[in-house]
Amino acid sequence: MSEKVKTRVKELLDSGKIRGFLGLKNMNGHIGPHLFSDSNDLDDLVTGDRERPGDSRYPLNKQLINFARCYPEETFGVLVRGCDERGLKTLFTWNQLDPEKVVPVGIACPQELAEGCECLQPYPDEFVDGEKADGCSFASVAQVDGFDLAGRLEHWLAEFAKCVKCYGCRNICPMCFCKECTLESKDLIQTGDIPPENPIFHLTRAVHMAGRCIDCGLCNEACPADIPLRTLYKKVADIIDQEFHHRPGYAAAGEKPPLNTLGGAPEHLGSVRK
Amino acid sequence: MDYKTVLTTCAYCGCGCGLYLEVLDGEAISTIPSKTNPINEGKLCVKGWNIHEFVQHPKRLTKPLIRKNGILTEASWDEALDYTVSRLKEIKEAHGSDSIGFLSSAKVTNEENYIIMKFARAAVGTNNVDHCARL
Repeated sequence: MSEKVKTRVKELLDSGKIRGFLGLKNMNGHIGPHLFSDSNDLDDLVTGDRERPGDSRYPLNKQLINFARCYPEETFGVLVRGCDERGLKTLFTWNQLDPEKVVPVGIACPQELAEGCECLQPYPDEFVDGEKADGCSFASVAQVDGFDLAGRLEHWLAEFAKCVKCYGCRNICPMCFCKECTLESKDLIQTGDIPPENPIFHLTRAVHMAGRCIDCGLCNEACPADIPLRTLYKKVADIIDQEFHHRPGYAAAGEKPPLNTLGGAPEHLGSVRK
Repeated sequence: MDYKTVLTTCAYCGCGCGLYLEVLDGEAISTIPSKTNPINEGKLCVKGWNIHEFVQHPKRLTKPLIRKNGILTEASWDEALDYTVSRLKEIKEAHGSDSIGFLSSAKVTNEENYIIMKFARAAVGTNNVDHCARL
């Protein structure tokens, strides 16, 4: 899926519009993030489909934030799938990235990947390769909602008990940019326990994902204990959608997230995908 | 602006998880697990996630130090090695081989651990040798 992306990246680099393109590269036999700055050296550019579609995705937006902090005047290109673009839009509203300094190059995800992710919109607004796949509903959330209250509590307590507190979910999350994290603050969380305070540690993270999580699924992939974090954060997103008619990354440009706004819930129904 | 992602192996334990060190302008700023590594499959433990921190940490030892009059002072490699050899010989003469213990590291290679084991058993004559995985 990379030829059309390479063509577009070459155009952008040659025109001088971008200082570099943050994408994925096949190097040393592995796929990893890479900043391409030479338009003649794009042969090993890939889109993160090593054996299955999307099996080697990385939180590229997070690296963009690092660039922006040190080089705020430079413009960078970045590879985006549907979720990455939702991330960019949300990071723009949270003032972590400047939309004038980011040039996304989009790819649409195949149906197989969309279903694996239960993605509502597996394509960005504009993309140079791939075809629009159908959005999927959150079957994993429906399954947990199907248990009674006691069953749900038992389910989640058992999942959280597996946690080894590696902070992988937080470290890999492209939307986590706080310099002081609640999960490391001993005034708020009982630090020093493994598994960490059950269920407060995970419920704290889930609440912090409200209005922030763009459903990329990297947290699930980073968890060595296979805790279904994504299902929990999808549920949180559903609740925010019900109460505030808002899903991060789907709102119109410039629309502030509801949790950053003082006042009542909006009267109108926003541009929400369901 | 010099940015690179350097594929490397975690130095902390024998698992050998694959990861990328994110290096911006010569400074290792973060760690990203390697998605395609068959050992860790994109996951890391808390030590691996923070491997970038010690690489350029200001508290890292950069020169040999010898305690003189209770204060650690910089010394040359020759001075440090001479001091170590002469003191180990003295202690072995006075108190016997088993009065000396060796602590190696799980972060070094098998070959390096073999050397320290051989040194402890054959050169000094004690089996008091272990490493940090047992602590």
